[in-house]
Amino acid sequence: MSNYLKLIVLGLVAIFAMYAANNARDLAYMVHAILVAVIAIGLFIYTLRRTDEPGTAHPENEYNDDVVRLGVIATAFWGVVGFLAGTFIAFQLAFPQLNFEWAQGFANFGRLRPLHTSAVIFAFGGNALLATSFYVVQRTSAARLWGGGLGHFVFWGYQLFIVLAATGYLLGNSQSKEYAEPEWYIDLWLTIVWVAYLAVFLGTLIKRKEPHIYVANWFYLSFIVTVAMLHLVNNVTVPVSIFGSKSVIVWAGVQDAMTQWWYGHNAVGFFLTAGFLGMMYYFVPKQAERPVFSYKLSIVHFWALIFIYIWAGPHHLHYTALPDWASTLGMVFSVVLWMPSWGGMINGLMTLSGAWDKLRTDPIIRMMVISVGFYGMSTFEGPMMSIRAVNSLSHYTDWTIGHVHSGALGWNGMITFGALYFLVPRLWKRERLYSLSMVSWHFWLATIGIVLYAASMWVTGIMEGLMWREVDANGFLVNTFADTVAAKFPMYVVRGLGGVLYVIGALIMCYNLWMTVRKVPATESKLSVAVPAE
Amino acid sequence: MEEYTALRAFADSWGLLLLFIFFVGVILWVFRPGATRQYRDTANIPFRHDDKPAQSEEART
Repeated sequence: MSNYLKLIVLGLVAIFAMYAANNARDLAYMVHAILVAVIAIGLFIYTLRRTDEPGTAHPENEYNDDVVRLGVIATAFWGVVGFLAGTFIAFQLAFPQLNFEWAQGFANFGRLRPLHTSAVIFAFGGNALLATSFYVVQRTSAARLWGGGLGHFVFWGYQLFIVLAATGYLLGNSQSKEYAEPEWYIDLWLTIVWVAYLAVFLGTLIKRKEPHIYVANWFYLSFIVTVAMLHLVNNVTVPVSIFGSKSVIVWAGVQDAMTQWWYGHNAVGFFLTAGFLGMMYYFVPKQAERPVFSYKLSIVHFWALIFIYIWAGPHHLHYTALPDWASTLGMVFSVVLWMPSWGGMINGLMTLSGAWDKLRTDPIIRMMVISVGFYGMSTFEGPMMSIRAVNSLSHYTDWTIGHVHSGALGWNGMITFGALYFLVPRLWKRERLYSLSMVSWHFWLATIGIVLYAASMWVTGIMEGLMWREVDANGFLVNTFADTVAAKFPMYVVRGLGGVLYVIGALIMCYNLWMTVRKVPATESKLSVAVPAE
Repeated sequence: MEEYTALRAFADSWGLLLLFIFFVGVILWVFRPGATRQYRDTANIPFRHDDKPAQSEEART
């Protein structure tokens, strides 16, 4: 019965998308309409061939790991794509000739930069969160993922969102809000996918067999709910035409700026922090084979983090039209945020107490520990940079970019790599990883890459901040903007090299994970012994 | 503007008080008697049910 409904919906979508492609007012919209039409027709045929056929059963006594495996593959794939894009645009800044004449309007820095940020945050980080949240919520609820095929809809729907967003950027489709660039119809699609994600996650929690909801799920749930709220409020736009991608936001001026940075900072706070803390609270104890250091601290950490993070956004708007009280509020909350952040870091690190020797023998735990270390470092640097006096030096300079990358490459990247190394042998039922020394190579390449990146950005950021404010005895500015650009060249090359090391590390990881699935013997026999008869 | 003023006045008085009481309440709740024993069990959730969902209503084995 539900297949007939699906066929009707898919048919209507296909017809409307073809009509829309014919009436499209801009290139990005036309390409997307054709893409949607092709996908809808393909899914129509796929569904039609399966209608009135016996369906596959979803056994309640097994976990749904298919969707987790897909998520792991997508995480590794989009990670490499995003890192490559980032390394390329880093070299575009150092060598402007890489903004090729023949690719003007499609592959110049301005078009590739949102492609890079969205690819690493939403494609790499988002898929990591999808895969790990589905894995963790099943294990810690002792229940199969709720919703049957809905988990697959969430996964594939999210990939469609990524493809629409990424191709849209290249074709000039952007609403010019940082980390919220996708235009209105892509936002609507993400809303549908996200509601399904929330339903799958909550449904699994509701039918859990464990009496208590494990703390990792609290972090994942706050990430899903808050991102939904942020996404809806920051994208209240009115499309100019239903056949065009351009839309206009309902707020104007400083209200729009404040809404954007309330969104932008909490995208960091709830997407890149709360969600990844969920990963930390599951994978660090699992890999260390001991429970979290203090469960009480984890609860206080959770409530303190979500109560405080939501107010920190205005620190992006110091010395603007935003009233002083609002930017002071953002600054104070950012500094207070230091405490729950470090509480969480201590909780993650101290989980290893009594097992510190694993740092020598287990490169995966080393990866997780350095990730938590970078979390602590960037959550110290961030509050410091949010102080108005420091911000007057650091804002609009490369220091900000260095800060973001020590958090993103160090904290988000490393904990995700650790989780992937943990998950792949278990999901494909292999005895072990293909090569631990390759994990060590990945660890050192990535770490040295981050150090090169962060150090060069500190130097160039503080240098250009000082050069911009330097005045002579008569009060005239000493340096032109072009002077600062010329002075930054060596640091830009070093930053690009740091990116190259990071990409090589990720490629080694992909090879290692691939060979784990292909070459390492399966664990079948061992598993059947380990599972007790119930 | 009147709506803004009213909402603003609510937010920085009763709203602030409610959030603050909730937060302090959470911290007191975490340190309630008997919590340590219960949380020791909760913290061990990741080490159960690695391969299969729980079959019976009572999950703890």
